[in-house]
Amino acid sequence: MTQPLVAIEGLSAISTRDGGAPVLRDVSLTLEKGEVRGLVGESGAGKSTIAKALLGILPSTVKVTGGFIRFEGRDLLAMPRRELSDIMGRDITLIPQDPQTALNPARRIEAQLTDGLRLKLGMGKGQAHERALQLLDEVQIRNPKRVLAAYPHELSGGMRQRILIASAFALNPKLVVADEPTTALDVTVQKEILRLIRRMQEAHGTAVIFVTHDLGVVAKICDRVTLLYAGKVIEDGATADMLTQPKHIYTSALIAAGPRYDRPNAGLEPVPEAVFRQLRAEIGIAERRV
Amino acid sequence: MKTIKPLLREPRVVIAGGFLLLLLLIAIFAPYIAPKDPLEQDLMLGNMPPATSPGAEPGFYLGTDDLGRDVLSRVLYGSRIALTVAFVAASLSAIIGTLMGLAAGWYGGWADRIISRLVDIWMAFPPVLLSVLLVAVLGSGLHSVIAAIVIIDWTRFCRVVRAETMAQAQLDYVMAAETIGFSRSHILWREILPNVAPVLIALFSLEMGIAVIVEAILSFVGLSLSSDIPTWGGMIAQGRQMIHQGWWVFVFPLIALFATVLAFNQLGNGLRKALDPVMRR
Repeated sequence: MTQPLVAIEGLSAISTRDGGAPVLRDVSLTLEKGEVRGLVGESGAGKSTIAKALLGILPSTVKVTGGFIRFEGRDLLAMPRRELSDIMGRDITLIPQDPQTALNPARRIEAQLTDGLRLKLGMGKGQAHERALQLLDEVQIRNPKRVLAAYPHELSGGMRQRILIASAFALNPKLVVADEPTTALDVTVQKEILRLIRRMQEAHGTAVIFVTHDLGVVAKICDRVTLLYAGKVIEDGATADMLTQPKHIYTSALIAAGPRYDRPNAGLEPVPEAVFRQLRAEIGIAERRV
Repeated sequence: MKTIKPLLREPRVVIAGGFLLLLLLIAIFAPYIAPKDPLEQDLMLGNMPPATSPGAEPGFYLGTDDLGRDVLSRVLYGSRIALTVAFVAASLSAIIGTLMGLAAGWYGGWADRIISRLVDIWMAFPPVLLSVLLVAVLGSGLHSVIAAIVIIDWTRFCRVVRAETMAQAQLDYVMAAETIGFSRSHILWREILPNVAPVLIALFSLEMGIAVIVEAILSFVGLSLSSDIPTWGGMIAQGRQMIHQGWWVFVFPLIALFATVLAFNQLGNGLRKALDPVMRR
């Protein structure tokens, strides 16, 4: 049997700020090479915590209390800092959430796009420049020379998100963590960006962890989905199965709560309180937090 | 070049900056520009009125003081002390305050707690009294004046830089830099500092204005430099005593002081406005 790219086993964590409240409860999931996995849940469900743990940037207010994150068999949480920084930014990279703030406003695109190439691959200035031009071409930016010389505020949001995607794939990583990369964009741009991520992911054979709260986005891009609530995995499975034959009542309630484009006048149905009551009973929490 | 252009579109920057540039040239070339030796006394020519008034002595355009020294030359020479103090004191305050502010804002924890308490304590002192006290302790002279300004005003930079650093640290680009694997100090200097710089530049200009005022106050109360070196504050103090015999000894250095401080303030505010849309969006 081949080894999965990422295996999270029984990961539990608490927030030290919140009086030791659990943020992850015994989370397990595996990710194969080249797989696109959606991490779905409402805010506070723990999807961002998992993403940050994978990137090695857990805030100091979160404390892991048990479990492992194995990346190609090696435990990321127990790894010495030096080894970890070899993996981060080379094998595991990030597509940040907000293209407005994810690029440094005081630095030119070229400098930011070549950071990783120069730091991790030791490329010289000229070589990195050539590679940056290639990358911008790959994410379908016309006029790459002009864009490289520009500052972020001179570019549109969609353009910036393309640059961030180019930057994430620049070093041929094995895993890209996409942290709600389309939430800050308008719907038409959203679609293009999703398609672009999918294409880049296929071209580079990269696995993607796609953090989102939008099941519509999941349906478009993810092979498999993990649904979380209050730090616990509620349902996990292939996207098509889960969206058409949800096993858990929370999953079906979420699907029902989403907009229905085939029935625009139907209105939105919020997830019924009874579902949350059942969830809390299953997980074993007294009152609704968040 | 791209950052220069929007600055030139801001009228306050152009006008105030132009004035200050002119003042700088005057300070540098004072010996060539000044019509007279600012220290040369001629008791026969004491209290001569400015050139437009009846009874003016030709060659003394802004009149003379009670010792017969040329007011125009003294005002021109006075710019040297004013600008030296402004620049040196503001630079040192900026360096100390920025380092402390970056450390507090970026590393947090104990560094932040200690530095913030220090600033709180500092802020509780009345600044003018403190500077008078400091100069009295350190002894008068240019160095003491500069030291007094720096010791008081570093907190101004520290507070602003700390707040700005904390705000920048929350932005996604910092997280992106962390995931690439840059060290904490690299991120501070190369990613965050350039974004704090616009605020810093504006504040630096405002601080130069404040330094000019403080120097004038210290000269006015006789704690700055010996009276044979022309300073605006010293001239104002001297002119105040004989304001009924000759208003010009009092008024012209006051105008110079006023215009300079106004220019620094306008330049600072203009820079803040002009640099903002470029740097953050």
